[in-house]
Amino acid sequence: MFRYLFMLAQETTFRSRSLDKMKSILDNCGFSYLWSFQNTSPNIKSIIKQRLEDQFTQSWSGKCNFIDDLSITIKIKVVVIRAPINSPGSKVKMSALRVLVGCKRVIDYAVKIRVKPDKTGVVTDGVKHSMNPFDEIAIEEAVRLKEKKIASEVIAVSCGPKQCQETLRTALAMGADRAIHVNIDPKDYENLQPIHVSKFLAKIAQDEKADIVIVGKQAIDDDCNQTGQMTAALLDWPQATFASKVEKNNGDLTVIREIDGGLETIKVKLPAVLTADLRLNEPRYATLPNIMKAKKKPMASKTPADLGVDVTSRLEIVSVEDPPVREAGQKVESVEDLVTKLKDAGLV
Amino acid sequence: MWSRTSYTLRYFSKDKLFSSNKHIVRLQRRKASSGSIQKADLDDKEITQTSQSGEYIQKALKPKTNDPFVKNLFLGNFDKDALIYPELTKEQLDDINQLVQPIERFFDEVDSKTIDEKAKIPDDVLQQLKDLGLFGQQIPEEYGGLGLNATEFARLAEITALDGSISVTLAAHQSIGLKGILIAGTESQKQKYLPKLATGEHVAAFCLTEPSSGSDAASIQTRATLSEDGKTFHLNGGKIWISNGGIADVFTVFAKTEIEKDGEKVDKVTAFIVEREFGGVTNGKPEDKLGIRGSNTCEVHFDNTPVPIENVIGEVGGGFKVAMNILNSGRFSMGSSGAGVLKKMMGLVAEHATTRAQFGQYLSEFPLIKEKFARLAITTYVMESMAYLTAGTLDAYEQPDLSLEAAIVKIFSSEGCWVCANECLQILGGLGYMKDYPYERLLRDGRILMIFEGTNEILRMFVALQGCQHAGKQLKDLVKKLRNPLANPGLFFGTLKKRMMSDPLKPALKLHLDEEVHPSLKMYLALFSCFPIDLDD
Repeated sequence: MFRYLFMLAQETTFRSRSLDKMKSILDNCGFSYLWSFQNTSPNIKSIIKQRLEDQFTQSWSGKCNFIDDLSITIKIKVVVIRAPINSPGSKVKMSALRVLVGCKRVIDYAVKIRVKPDKTGVVTDGVKHSMNPFDEIAIEEAVRLKEKKIASEVIAVSCGPKQCQETLRTALAMGADRAIHVNIDPKDYENLQPIHVSKFLAKIAQDEKADIVIVGKQAIDDDCNQTGQMTAALLDWPQATFASKVEKNNGDLTVIREIDGGLETIKVKLPAVLTADLRLNEPRYATLPNIMKAKKKPMASKTPADLGVDVTSRLEIVSVEDPPVREAGQKVESVEDLVTKLKDAGLV
Repeated sequence: MWSRTSYTLRYFSKDKLFSSNKHIVRLQRRKASSGSIQKADLDDKEITQTSQSGEYIQKALKPKTNDPFVKNLFLGNFDKDALIYPELTKEQLDDINQLVQPIERFFDEVDSKTIDEKAKIPDDVLQQLKDLGLFGQQIPEEYGGLGLNATEFARLAEITALDGSISVTLAAHQSIGLKGILIAGTESQKQKYLPKLATGEHVAAFCLTEPSSGSDAASIQTRATLSEDGKTFHLNGGKIWISNGGIADVFTVFAKTEIEKDGEKVDKVTAFIVEREFGGVTNGKPEDKLGIRGSNTCEVHFDNTPVPIENVIGEVGGGFKVAMNILNSGRFSMGSSGAGVLKKMMGLVAEHATTRAQFGQYLSEFPLIKEKFARLAITTYVMESMAYLTAGTLDAYEQPDLSLEAAIVKIFSSEGCWVCANECLQILGGLGYMKDYPYERLLRDGRILMIFEGTNEILRMFVALQGCQHAGKQLKDLVKKLRNPLANPGLFFGTLKKRMMSDPLKPALKLHLDEEVHPSLKMYLALFSCFPIDLDD
């Protein structure tokens, strides 16, 4: 069937919208490899296996235990597929867009992560923190939109303990106009989930009348990759995830998305939620004069209660463990030995 | 790395707001009691009350000047307050950390090897440095700079020092090149030059050294003659080894001028601000150097360069003092920059020592290597501590007198850097000698520290002579009074009694150490102070 579809796709005359839709479904499910390699790779079986492991075992199956989260997951999926085609339109201002950017404070990418001895989490005390790199890209994109006069104001939001204000200062130094800190008790923060952050972001987006919400595609600490999607779902806005290029055309955004095996160009109506992928831009350095100026920019502080969000966790962390240590390899004398070993291990 | 840990505990500890205030209050109290505080209208009680708000104290109550610690050592006085390490408030600490982040990231990506090989800092790197704001670190905010204090400046120097060439380019620009305008310039000079220098649109250079005069700065040959209308000086002469000489737009130039003193015409050194635009300024090709190869060092010639009289820094004939003040004020940061490089180097070397095995054990297990590491850590720790102590004291006063301290930091750090870099290469063995690794470059870059900004020999003389001069001034007064016992009987007999009673081999300990220790030790210390330990027993 795939082969048939692929042939159809190759024939431009037969190219239909439903086929594209089919492809995008595949992309969103992480099966693009299948699409591109279907008549070249002889090893479809292993690719499917790999994909299944990657996409489902790792990121979704953990959530399946919780019906609450699962329903959101399904909702997200639906929105992902529908958004480009028929997004719920609303009144769009032609200029002066307001951009809301989420930025998370995470352990710096260069720090070696250590698991706490009691296995409840990772060591964060006295560890260097910085802004999530994908959120830096999001801020940069927002600031560039402002520099291109597409956006009028950039608002940075961070949810977490008091130290998040440092992250917000960095965002302000990079060019955000003002910041909102959602102050969360360190105890609650340990179990804060993307769903909570999405609720904060959605509420603030409505309060501040934001037109675009940009967040990083995922945070490098928990790798959840959920916040942007959930925010879009909660707001019932279209979403453009994994953006690698954003342009504005007559009140719509044309977004190029990075998908497995290629790029996808979609058009979203505003207001919309974007998530930034790695190649969207190269974030600037916060210059020292701008850091100095950032001290004078306004920063509001809010509590979860102000925003009417219940932060009690529905997840319980059972155990956090180090990844298994990679076992040492073996040297073999000849090709025959290698083949025998592979056969013994059931790999060939 | 170890030094980093202890340093973190000591200096960057987070909840020291209170102790920091305590330090200032103590300083205040001392000053108030010794009568040297300028704003003496505040009594102790008031100070204690206002200590709740640290900011107020730091801004409004910055004492005018300090009792110079090292100078007073020459009088036999040990000022115990120098033992209180100046600490930052939490806010100041956060601010510094905020500034440090982007610079650290930027320097991670600087390709020092290529800069060293090509002997040039690429233009785009230079532009990024300017964009980051690193060219205006100590220029006040009203002139478009960052207005960093000494501590913040020293902290940033730790990172910028990771590339010797960049570090020297920055230092030549702001530690000496534009410092003259900053500390001795008039308001109109500041307004004219500082904003462009702060953004790096203009680069500055410091022109003192000549073919015939290096350390002997008073013997320079470059001459400035006043035009007949008395409005313009014409500058003639050649300067050598000028850092940034080829890229600078604004020069601080020292030249001999003829002035009248007591009816006689004498030659005195005067400092000028010279723009390349004035005409007649040429420079030679960049010198090929042992280290800091990416920094631009060349000859600069002045051929009848017209300099308007408004561009004299300080007074006509007062240039020597300006030069010394400039050089004295920039030296303290060498301790932190040296420590910054050594910390980085130690990290790399420690990694080698813990992974390289010979004779079946890791290098780090050999006692001789362990000793080297201990010495590295000690030296780095001392360098860092003295640099931040000096910087912290600089920040606490309006017109601090720390020239000897700064010179000592420079002497110790430059030599410490050389010895430590050498030991690092020794631990690395053959690896350290290879150009593929950064170590030999760091060694070459570090060699200049003992030579420039006053050679270590000159600075040693400076410390000794300045100290003696300080002591001399005070003792002269005493001797003068003692020569006339009838007018000052109290002082005469007092001094006589002191001389008679004290045994020069057993000086009494008057530091009141018992005030500083845990109450349970008080008794023993009192004994210790009363009966000096006789080393002969």
